[in-house]
Amino acid sequence: MSRPPEPIFLARQSYRRRRWSDAARLMPVVGLIALLLPLLWADQATTSGGILYIFCVWALLIAGTKIIARRLTDYDPLIETNDSTESTETKDGGAR
Amino acid sequence: MGGTVLLIEDEPNIIEAIRFILSRDGWRVDTHSDGLTAVDAVRARRPDLIVLDVMLPNRSGYDILNDLRADAEFKELPVLMLTARGQKKDRELAEKLGASRFMTKPFSNGEVLETVRALVGQ
Amino acid sequence: MLSFNALALISIFYVALLFAVAFWADKRAERGRGGWLRSPWVYTLSLSIYCTAWTFYGAVGNAARSGLEFATIYLGPTLVMVGWWVILRRLVRIGKTQRITSIADMVSSRYGKSNTLGVLVTLLAVAGTTPYIALQLQSVTLSFAVFMDGPANAPEDLAVVALWVAIGLAVFTILFGTRNLDVEERHHGIVMAIAVEAVVKLVALLAVGIFAVFWIGSGPSDMMARIEASSIDVWALQPDRWMTMIFLSAAAFICLPRMFQVIVIENEDERHLSTAAWAFPMYLFLISLFVIPIAVVGLSVMPEGSNPDLFVLTLPLTFDQNALATLAFLGGFSSATSMVIVASIALATMVSNHIVMPIWLSTQSVGATVSGDVRHVVILARRASIVGVLVLGFLYFRLSGGGTALASIGLVAFVGLSQILPALIGGIFWRGATRIGAAAGLATGLALWLWTSLLPSFGEGGVLSAAVFLHGPFGIAMLRPEALFWIEDIDPLVHSVLWSIALNTLAFCVFSLLSFPSPLERLQGATFVNIFRFSDRSRGWTGGAAEAEDLLMMAQRIIGPQVAQGIFESEAAKQGKQGYLPDVTPDFMDRLERELAGSVGAATAHAMVAQITGGASVTVEDLIRVADEAQQILEYSNQLEAKSAEQERTARQLREANEKLLALSVQKDGFLSQISHELRTPMTSIRSFSEILMADEAMGPEDRLRYSRIIHDETKRLTRLLDDLLDLSVLENGQVTLNMGEETIGAVLDRAVAAMEVATGQQDFVIQRPGPGEDASIYTDGDRLSQVFINLIANALKYCENPTPRLTIKVDEAGGRRVVDFLDNGKGIPTDAQTLIFEKFARVSDNHAAGGAGLGLAICREVMTRLGGGIVYLPGQGGAAFRVILPDARAEAA
Repeated sequence: MSRPPEPIFLARQSYRRRRWSDAARLMPVVGLIALLLPLLWADQATTSGGILYIFCVWALLIAGTKIIARRLTDYDPLIETNDSTESTETKDGGAR
Repeated sequence: MGGTVLLIEDEPNIIEAIRFILSRDGWRVDTHSDGLTAVDAVRARRPDLIVLDVMLPNRSGYDILNDLRADAEFKELPVLMLTARGQKKDRELAEKLGASRFMTKPFSNGEVLETVRALVGQ
Repeated sequence: MLSFNALALISIFYVALLFAVAFWADKRAERGRGGWLRSPWVYTLSLSIYCTAWTFYGAVGNAARSGLEFATIYLGPTLVMVGWWVILRRLVRIGKTQRITSIADMVSSRYGKSNTLGVLVTLLAVAGTTPYIALQLQSVTLSFAVFMDGPANAPEDLAVVALWVAIGLAVFTILFGTRNLDVEERHHGIVMAIAVEAVVKLVALLAVGIFAVFWIGSGPSDMMARIEASSIDVWALQPDRWMTMIFLSAAAFICLPRMFQVIVIENEDERHLSTAAWAFPMYLFLISLFVIPIAVVGLSVMPEGSNPDLFVLTLPLTFDQNALATLAFLGGFSSATSMVIVASIALATMVSNHIVMPIWLSTQSVGATVSGDVRHVVILARRASIVGVLVLGFLYFRLSGGGTALASIGLVAFVGLSQILPALIGGIFWRGATRIGAAAGLATGLALWLWTSLLPSFGEGGVLSAAVFLHGPFGIAMLRPEALFWIEDIDPLVHSVLWSIALNTLAFCVFSLLSFPSPLERLQGATFVNIFRFSDRSRGWTGGAAEAEDLLMMAQRIIGPQVAQGIFESEAAKQGKQGYLPDVTPDFMDRLERELAGSVGAATAHAMVAQITGGASVTVEDLIRVADEAQQILEYSNQLEAKSAEQERTARQLREANEKLLALSVQKDGFLSQISHELRTPMTSIRSFSEILMADEAMGPEDRLRYSRIIHDETKRLTRLLDDLLDLSVLENGQVTLNMGEETIGAVLDRAVAAMEVATGQQDFVIQRPGPGEDASIYTDGDRLSQVFINLIANALKYCENPTPRLTIKVDEAGGRRVVDFLDNGKGIPTDAQTLIFEKFARVSDNHAAGGAGLGLAICREVMTRLGGGIVYLPGQGGAAFRVILPDARAEAA
C-alpha cells in the first residue's frame, strides 16, 4: 500500500497552528521543571521568596496556557473537527 | 405448389389470417401454439417450412430455432420468423440463430406469401 | 456566637437554594435553552469539586504543619490542566465518541469491553471513595461542632448531624442525579448547583484570607514579614514528598471517579476545555493564595493547641465576625456536599453498570428482549447504589470514630485511585496495552495500595498489629508494610506511591507485552489511541443476524420509546428506507451499541446487543476482519482518509444513481418492447384481414362478416389498451383529479359488481359478500375505487379455472386499517410471480383468452396509491387473493 505524499510546505496558517499545539504540549513539561527547580536551591533561600517564586510560576503558567489556548482556538474555531491536523502532526514530527 | 407449412403462433386471429392466406395459395397449413412442445411438433409433422413467432407461451421462438438448428435434420429447414417487437437487436438475434427470413408484424399478406414461396422454391 | 439552630437554619436555606438552582437548570436544559448553562465558565467551576472540605479546611492545617507542601495538591492538577492538549483533550474526545459513562466504563471499553476490568475499577473506586465521603461528613460535623457550645459537643449529636447531612445528600443526588436515564448521561442541574457552590467556597476562602491579611495583619508586606518570623518552617521542602505529591495529585485529578465525571462525562463541548485549561488553574491559584497567610495568622493569634484544620472557621469567630464565619462555614459545607454528590453519582453509575446490571442480565434467562423494563431497573439500581455509597461512607465515619485517623485518608484515597492511571494512560497512548496487562497492573496496584497504604492508615494496632509493622507479616521482614523489600526510612506516602505505581506499571507493561489481545481489544485499542483520526467511525459489528425489530424492542426499554424510534427511523432514512426498521448493518449495530452504552455502559450494551444478534458475540473471524479493516483505514494519512471518505461517498451516490438509471432504462426498454408487442399484435390481425377483405371479392357473406368482426374486436382491444396506457400515465404522473366524497364501501362494491355483470353477462360466476363492515362509510373517490374493484372482479372472472368459480369479497380490518379482500377459489398465483403481478404487462401466463394487456393490476396499484391506500397480494388463501387497503378514513377526515 503506497501512502500519499505529505505536503512538504503547509500554508502559513496551519504551520503556525501546529507550532502552537507544540507549545501546548510543552507547557506541562516547562511547568514541571519550574516547579521542581526550588528543590535544587540552596537552603538559605527565604521562605517568602520561595512562596513568591511558586506563585509567580503558577501565574505565568496560567497566562501562557491562556495565550496558547486562545491561539489554538483562534486558528480553528472548531477544534473538535480538526482531526486532520492532529494526526498528520504526529507523522510530520516523526518524519523530521 | 402444395407443400406443408407449420405455423407456430399463439394469437388465434393471426393464426386464422395466415392459415387463410397460405391455404388459399395451395399450402397445407398445420398450426401449433405451445412453445414447449414446438420442436416435437416439427419432428412429428416434418413440414417444408416453418412460420415461427417469437413470443410464445412457455418458450421463446429463439430457443426453438436454436434447437432446430442444432439438429442436423433441420439445419436447412426454411424458417420464417415473425415478431411483434420490431427492434434491431431482435432481427440481429434471429439472423445469428439462423432464421431464413425475418418479418415484423404487422406484415402484408402478399409479402408473407412471396416469402414462403421463395423459401420453399429454393 | 451563632446558635447551633441558627446555623442549621442557614444550612437548610442554603440547601434549599441549591435545590432551586438545580431544579431551574434542569428545567431550562429540558426546554433546550441551555444558554449560558453551557458556558465554559460553568464547566470550569464544576471542576472545582476537586477542592473538597479536606482541602478547604485541611489546606490551612497542612500549611500550618508542613508549610508550602499543601500547594502540591493544587499544583498537580494545574500541570494536568496546563497540559490539556495532551491528555484531557484525548479523554474528552474518547468519552464523547465512545459514549463513556464512567472511568470504569472507559477502562472496560478500552480493553475490549471487558466487564472484569469494569468491576475491578469499580471496586477500587468504591474502596477509595468511601473513606473520602466519610471525611467530608466528618468535616461538616466538625465545622458544626465549632459553633456548638461545650455540652452539646457530644459525639452522639455529631453523629446525628452527619446522619442528617448524609440523608440530605442522598435525597439531593437521587432527585437530580437519577431523574432520567439520559442518553447523554449529563446532569445539568447538579453541575449548575456545583458551579454555585464553587463560587461560594472561593468567595468564602478569599474573604477569610483578605480578613487575615488586611484586617488582622496590615497588608502584603506585613504578611511577608510575619511569614518569615513564623514558627512554620515553610521552605524546608522535602524533595521526595514534593515530587510524589505533585505526581499523586496530578494522577488523582484524572483518575478520581468524580473528577472523571465532571471533566469527561459532564463536558458539554470540547472547546470548553480550552477555557478551563487556564481558568481552572486560576481558580486553584486563588484558592491557595491566602492559605499560608491564614495559617500564619492563625498560629500567632489562636491559643496554643487549637486545631489548625479549623482556622478558616475559628479565626473569624475569635474576632467575632459572625457573618464571615458563617460564610466560611458555607464554603466548607459547599466543598463537602458538592464532592459527595458528584462522587456518589459517579460511583452509582459504575456500580449499576458494571455490577448490578450484568448480574441482573445474567439472571434473566430469556434475555433482555422479552423481559421487563430495563430502564426502570437501571434507575432503581442507580438510586440504590447512591444510597449504598452514602451508607458506606456514613458507616465508615462512625466506625473509624472520626478524628485524626480520617485526616490522612485523603492522600490514601489518592494513592488508591491513582492505580488506575497506568491502565488509563497506557490505554490511550499505547496500542499494545492489553486487557490482561491492565488487569495485572490494576490487581498489583490494588494489592500494594491495600498493604502499604490503606491498612497502615488505621494506625499501629488498627487493622495491622504493631508487630506486623515492625517485623512484617509472619515475621517476613521483606513484606513490612512501610518498608517493603527492605526500603526503609523513607516517608510512608512516598514509599507507598513508589512501590504501588512502579509495580503496577511494570505488571501492566510486562503482561501487555506477553499477552495477545482479542480482536475486539485490538480494535478498541486502535480506536482509542488514534481517536483524532478515527473519531467518527469505530467499528465493532459485522454481519449479524439481528432482527431490527428485536433490537428496537430492546432499545425502547433502555433509552425510551421515543428516543429509540428516533434513532431507528433516522437510520432507516439514511439507508433510504421508510418506516422504523433499518437494515441491521454493522454501522448501525455499532451506533446502537454506543447509544445504549450511554445508559448502561459499554460492556453491558455490548452484551445486550450480543444477546440479540445471536446468543454469543460476533465470531472471532468477523472481528479479525473488522479489526484488519480498521487498521488498514488507520494506516492511511488523515487527509487522504477524509478525502477518500468523501470520494467514496460520492462514488457510492454515483453508483446508486447509475444503478437506478440502468434499472430505469431496462424498465423502459422492456416497457417499449411490451407496448410494441401489445400494439402490433392486434394491428397484425387488422391489417391482414382488411387485406384479405380488400383482395377477395368473391368471399361469402358469412366469412366477410366473421372477418369484419375480428377486425372490429381487435380495434376495440387496441382502444382499450390505449385507454389503459393513458390512464396509467396520468396516474403515474399524478395529474389525476380525484372527486372525493363520502360513500359506504357496500355502495362502491354494488356499482362494481353491477358494472361487471353488464359488461360480461356471465351468470355462472358466484360472488359472495358476507355483509359485515360494508356499511362503513369512507371518504374517497368512489369512481376510482370502483374501477379497482371492477379490475379485481374481472381478474377473478378471467383467471379462475375452477369449474364452479366463486369470488368472496370481505370487508375487514387489519393492522388498524380497513381492508377489502377479494378471494377466489382458483389455483391462485405462484409464489415467485406474486411480486411481479403489479408490474406493467406482467401477465402470469400468456393466456390470451383473457385479452387484457396486463395493465389492470398496475392501474389498481397506482389508483390505490393516489387514494392513500394500497393493494397487496395475500398469499396462502387457497385461491388468488387480493387485499385492497383503504385509505385511513380518520386521517382523511381530520
